[in-house]
Amino acid sequence: MEDTPVLSLLQVSKAFGAVRAVREVSLELRAGEAHALAGENGAGKSTLVKILSGVHRPDSGRILLDGQPVEFAGPADAQRAGVAVIYQEPTLFPDLSVMENIFMGRQPRARLGLDRRAMRAATAELFGRLGVHLDPDRPARGLSIADQQLVEIAKALSRQARVLVMDEPTAALSGQEVARLFGVAGTLREQGVALLFISHRLEEIFELCQRVTTLRDGALVATDPIGDLTPDALVRRMVGRELEALFPKQDTTAGEVALSVRRLTREGVFTDVSFEVRRGEIVALAGLVGAGRSEVARAVFGIDRWDAGAVEVDGRRLRPARPTAAMAAGLALVPEDRRQQGLVMDLSIERNIGLAGLTALRRGPLISRLAERERARDWAVRLRLKFARLGDPVNVLSGGNQQKVVLAKWLARRPSVLIVDEPTRGIDVGTKAEVHRLLSELAASGVAVLMISSELPEVLGMADRVLVMHEGRLVAELDRAEASEESVMAAATGRGRP
Amino acid sequence: MTSAASSVTSAGRGGGRRLVDRVARVRELGIVVALGALFAVTGAANPSFLSYGSLRDILLNSAIVALLAVGQTLVVITRNVDLSVSSVVGLSAFGGALILADHPGVPVPLVIAGCVALGAACGAVNGLLVGAARVPALVATLGTLYAFRGVDYAWAGGRQVNAADMPEGFLALGTRSVLGVPLPALVALAVLLTVGWMLRNLRSGRELYAIGSSPEAAVLAGIRVRRRVLTAFVANGALAGLAGVMWAARFGTVDATVATGKELDVIAAVVVGGVAIFGGSGTVYGAALGAVLLASITSALAVLRVDALAQTAINGALLLAAIVLDRLLALRVAAALRRRRSP
Amino acid sequence: MNTDVLRRWETLIAVLLAGVAVWASLGVDGFAGDSNVSFLLLDTTEIALMALTMTLVIVAAEIDLSVASTLGLSCAVLGALWNAGLPIEAIMPICLLVGAACGAVNGLLVTRLGLPSLAVTIGTFALFRGLAYVILGDQAVADLPPAYTGLATSSIGPVPLATVLVAVLAVVAALVLHATGLGRSIVAIGANVEAAYFSGIRVKRIKLWLFVASGVMASLASLVYTFRYASARADNGMGLELAVVAAVLLGGVSIFGGKGTLPGVLMAVLLLGVVRNALILADVANEVLNFVTGLLLVASVLAPNLGAARRRRTPSPVEGKSVS
Repeated sequence: MEDTPVLSLLQVSKAFGAVRAVREVSLELRAGEAHALAGENGAGKSTLVKILSGVHRPDSGRILLDGQPVEFAGPADAQRAGVAVIYQEPTLFPDLSVMENIFMGRQPRARLGLDRRAMRAATAELFGRLGVHLDPDRPARGLSIADQQLVEIAKALSRQARVLVMDEPTAALSGQEVARLFGVAGTLREQGVALLFISHRLEEIFELCQRVTTLRDGALVATDPIGDLTPDALVRRMVGRELEALFPKQDTTAGEVALSVRRLTREGVFTDVSFEVRRGEIVALAGLVGAGRSEVARAVFGIDRWDAGAVEVDGRRLRPARPTAAMAAGLALVPEDRRQQGLVMDLSIERNIGLAGLTALRRGPLISRLAERERARDWAVRLRLKFARLGDPVNVLSGGNQQKVVLAKWLARRPSVLIVDEPTRGIDVGTKAEVHRLLSELAASGVAVLMISSELPEVLGMADRVLVMHEGRLVAELDRAEASEESVMAAATGRGRP
Repeated sequence: MTSAASSVTSAGRGGGRRLVDRVARVRELGIVVALGALFAVTGAANPSFLSYGSLRDILLNSAIVALLAVGQTLVVITRNVDLSVSSVVGLSAFGGALILADHPGVPVPLVIAGCVALGAACGAVNGLLVGAARVPALVATLGTLYAFRGVDYAWAGGRQVNAADMPEGFLALGTRSVLGVPLPALVALAVLLTVGWMLRNLRSGRELYAIGSSPEAAVLAGIRVRRRVLTAFVANGALAGLAGVMWAARFGTVDATVATGKELDVIAAVVVGGVAIFGGSGTVYGAALGAVLLASITSALAVLRVDALAQTAINGALLLAAIVLDRLLALRVAAALRRRRSP
Repeated sequence: MNTDVLRRWETLIAVLLAGVAVWASLGVDGFAGDSNVSFLLLDTTEIALMALTMTLVIVAAEIDLSVASTLGLSCAVLGALWNAGLPIEAIMPICLLVGAACGAVNGLLVTRLGLPSLAVTIGTFALFRGLAYVILGDQAVADLPPAYTGLATSSIGPVPLATVLVAVLAVVAALVLHATGLGRSIVAIGANVEAAYFSGIRVKRIKLWLFVASGVMASLASLVYTFRYASARADNGMGLELAVVAAVLLGGVSIFGGKGTLPGVLMAVLLLGVVRNALILADVANEVLNFVTGLLLVASVLAPNLGAARRRRTPSPVEGKSVS
């Protein structure tokens, strides 16, 4: 371990427009060592991964391979250097067979054409090592996320990678699958592979890794041996402040039921989900990624069709798969994917804010530009949006300000039930606190808030009640007193009460 | 179909349970069945449809479109399209005929090679516009559809080259038969088998499918997407150039309007043949079968004395039926997969 | 910033249009005459009409390649019904209904089955034209009532009546796209269909009606076309779809949807018309026109792309998917 690192980053920076995603970060990956990368959402972890994999070229700084400076002009270069990456979202070719996905570009060759038999055997051997039961000949289309993840791991194994980067590989895996993955990772490490591991589950970091590098807002906080840290200390590093200050939830008394979901089922996605949200309440929907939380929100709002069950808003029953009906009943959804679902990035701030309430802007048959601007200005001021002109496209705004535009768009409709899906994902700390204060004020003013969040501190700090989902089912309902990191995680990982 | 699609069974040693291939084969089988039915019905109504002469004509008529369909498949697999092929055919046909008529000394193989090169150059223009300049394939090739045809017109200047102007030996290439099979059909078959083999057995061939299946994943997998897309367009252009010479040899009379509107026949053949318009799946065999099916329908209509004018409508209806059918199948498979995952 | 680029594009087209017009007036004999200007305007009628709805369709990130075939089918229906002895006043609304039905076929296949409009309208391109042949064969119906054929070619001063129709509909289309909630929705659908759907915009319904509107407009164009040439044939307007799409793209509408203005498209229609007219008058071979059209089309998409590429040197296809 005294030898030079296999791969290291020196003072690497990368910006996207106005957003400085990574700022002068250095990182050393050593053979036979598992290195954790910790940080909140938006801290710059994924950008760093994409620099390592050659997808993004750093604006400044250097990459060293075995101590020698290298440049990754593209993913092919990084792969040749022995870097394999398993992304958060698997990147398979849905039309091609599993084995071709693993061996794309490196298919074994026979004298005349590709040696499919050898490819099949090699795939079976890889799957054997991983303990996976998948037909090498089936197409990747239709594989579960967990299976796709395993195919990605098999791909990395087959490359005999020297550096294996795993960007939240366990997010969608069951406990058993995680244990198997860690077994494989441990073996690889013993064989001298350098691992870079990213996970939101701190216990996994402590279980697998020897050193941990913490990022905050794109900058390096510290790199420590894991033995020097406690989980609490690591969280403090990631968040950079005490938790209490961040979540100014006011105490409110819950009013009557505003949103009632009864036995909602979408086959293969979630089953038998029932809950209520009262006026003045913030109810958190917790669970692991892939547990079906966003899917429930989408169905309630009418984006996806449900197969059974019922949704009522203020006692009015909603028709399935009708966002307009849900909106008319007073429902609003701030979706999970801000850039893809929440905003039309090329359109201006004022147009985006007006988009969910076009009828309100009408004067006769035409849209009043004045009304559109007034509405946008009104909400921009209320939410303390930082902008140059209301006519600027939203893609020039920072993540936090973009989220404020989404919130403005929905709050302008004066909803009685507000569903927010990961409301603070990837936004800076200051704005985060503002969003939290806003949600709290909304609840105090009588809005029923349903908040989906993967950040436990946020869930615990903000929610009056916590609902926990596991594998498509609602498995626990905890009130404020009962909810703790342990109780929520236990339920979310299926270890809690049945 | 549906049950096959959801076979998540462990790797069976039985082999041959290749779903990707199987779905494709089912698709190709469907065309073969349609062809069989067409021949049976038409042959029953008028036995002369099954005569050697009639079958020979069908092969001859489908050879050029089949050749173009094979080339178009290469492009469509990568999630692109080339609308300019008909203009490339026209350009190549006229260019080849003109050289043969005005410079009788030039050897025929050289003329053929020149036409192929001319086609490849046109393909390179398309490929650079799409691959390097990132113009959407639809727009780029719509533009070059006009532009290449314009060059063709300017070059021809209203001139027509007739069979009498071209050497006998060249014209014979378009009509001669080897072992009873017309030469153009043999050429198309040779190209089909070669390209089919390459797509299945070369790494670069597999990468074309990968690009069309998921362009983002292809980039992450380190595939040189632009270069591959460029190659696909060049290959398609070269085949269109070859098709152009074949056209000149077969019909003998060549002016600047040759093959106008043929691009839609080609795309119809490709789509009917089961090549997904959004890339990633389909085979050249299916596309070629699609071309044969369309040509057979034309002949059958003539034999059955149905107005030949109905041909266009039937092509369109067939194309629509093919994409609707594919879509419905895909929706069913997706629904089945979703249900299977429910606890 | 985006709107600035857009504005610059329209300015460019306007300058180009003015430049070509000035060049033609000075350098081409007979261009500036009243009768020629009138002819020029009349000659762009069908393309202009179809370009209006095509703009809306392409801004919504779809495409309709079947417009010229719809025009042909509508012509064939007109001819066949006229032969059958129906009064022309009864035939015209039927033609418009035929156009609406054609559009509905496209729209339903696209919205109900989620099929790509490119594939669907290539199919209906062949289907509708084929049906036109089936209905009217290769005959030409020419004995149309002179009252209507005269109307189609009549002018108010130098301005053809048909151009007045175009102008009125252009104002309507421009208002719809740029000043109504429907227009806002169309732009949002084209720019990001998922975000539009999450905002409660009825994506499928709007797309369906856009295709219907495109079909109706094509059949309206067929009436003008038929009366103008006093001839209803199944192959009327063959190939016009390419001219329409070329004009729309040249007008600065993004093929990916979400961007484009009607003034830009109208100027592009005029620009193509002027170029065509001037080249014909200048005795440049008719065929070179194709080349010029194709070149302009490619250039219209290439130019902004190259500009963007220079601004951002290493664009990566996955960039912007998730920055965090």
